[in-house]
Amino acid sequence: MSNNPQLNKNGQLQHLLTTEGLPASILLNILDTAEPFVGVTERDVKKVPLLRGKSIFNLFFEPSTRTRTTFEIAAKRLSADVINLNIAVSSQSKGETLLDTVNNLSAMHADMFVVRHAQSGAAHLIAQHVRPEIHVINAGDGRHAHPTQALLDMFTIRRCKRDFHNLRVAIVGDILHSRVARSQIHALTTLGVPEVRVIAPKTLLPAKVERLGVHVYHDMAKGLKDVDVLMMLRLQNERMLSARLPSAEEYFKYYGLTPEKLALAKPDAIVLHPGPMNRGVEIDSVVADGKQSVILPQVTFGIAVRMAVMSILAGS
Amino acid sequence: MQLPEAEDLLAVLTARIRQGISSDTAVVGIHTGGAWLAERLHRDLQLALPLGTLDISFYRDDFGQIGLHPQIRPSDIPFKVEGSHIILVDDVLYTGRTIRAAINELFDYGRPASIRLAALIDRGGRELPIAAQYIGATLEIPPAKMLALEKKADGKLGLSLYDKHQGNE
Repeated sequence: MSNNPQLNKNGQLQHLLTTEGLPASILLNILDTAEPFVGVTERDVKKVPLLRGKSIFNLFFEPSTRTRTTFEIAAKRLSADVINLNIAVSSQSKGETLLDTVNNLSAMHADMFVVRHAQSGAAHLIAQHVRPEIHVINAGDGRHAHPTQALLDMFTIRRCKRDFHNLRVAIVGDILHSRVARSQIHALTTLGVPEVRVIAPKTLLPAKVERLGVHVYHDMAKGLKDVDVLMMLRLQNERMLSARLPSAEEYFKYYGLTPEKLALAKPDAIVLHPGPMNRGVEIDSVVADGKQSVILPQVTFGIAVRMAVMSILAGS
Repeated sequence: MQLPEAEDLLAVLTARIRQGISSDTAVVGIHTGGAWLAERLHRDLQLALPLGTLDISFYRDDFGQIGLHPQIRPSDIPFKVEGSHIILVDDVLYTGRTIRAAINELFDYGRPASIRLAALIDRGGRELPIAAQYIGATLEIPPAKMLALEKKADGKLGLSLYDKHQGNE
């Protein structure tokens, strides 16, 4: 336990960097703690005083509107002070190093950093560097991990399906470049989902992905058969320009989720997507806006899950 | 130490509260013991407004020292707090800090017309200027002891005394 950089010496969560290597008890505690926060966000006063006086810095070295906003809302609903830094257009362009930036903000008495960075391992580096009373949340690093996204997906699945132990889950799309997919796979297997499938063209799958405990499919017709949960991934536009894919139209033909393809899954299957969606590329609008879609609840639950993570970290 | 029967105290408390209720009275129980009591009061007093429950974990004043409680239940206030007459229910009234937190939480749902406090037992030891309007009994409990309400297998309520750092006495 002690060599896991995410846990303190008492086995409590100190930083949230990845879902990999976290015990099921910690993941479940986050999901359980998020439940009462859903109620808070439905009240007249959508705020609790838990993190009053704490300063949370959103360090976004990579552009992101949605994730940054949900972290900002989560922190504000906990009564923390939030400072947003879009560093892509700030001191980094003046040549300051990552750790210099963090040192400067620590000197301003930061209590927590929420970090988004294009380089895998950036959040780990910051976590190793900061004083023990400062907590770090990884909001996405390179292709590596995006743990709060995976946790809000787990929360959404549990809300709809109650239990993880009898589910067949398919993750569809660009697994190769997706930090979301990696975090989802680790969370799903740790929480006891017996069958996790990945469905993608060979060019969008990492080598030896089976080692993560997933079943690999290249054909939607086979891969979607009898699944309970479909987790769609965003196809990033820049990938389409590369040699990995011929065109968006062709991708949609084979891997886009249409009502016909969705009909192969169980009739009560749910569809998740981390957003922002490319309608007509990885998902048909009819499915995205359809009855089986839980894409907007995911956004709502994402705030409660991030409130839970921040509270657990601040209290450890 | 001989503890009174919780069920007898609840009967006393119910009779006392009965004098003070009207058609617009709502009861709100504080998790966990207070919620059990509020459920019984709500049923026995046949109140029209639905039962409310509060988990005050997000409003505690010792979060900085002890962090977050691992099992937090959602608070549930299924009536309009604005202008309501609330009877807040807890099992043991001690320092008053739980009640301070509960009042703060209630105000985040709206501005009640009034809040009264009912407790099964008042054990003294107040650290805040808080008093109950309805009490089942007053007991002298040494500071090193913890008094807790429990639900038995048959659904009846009982009181137990613990050493603060050990098990049941």
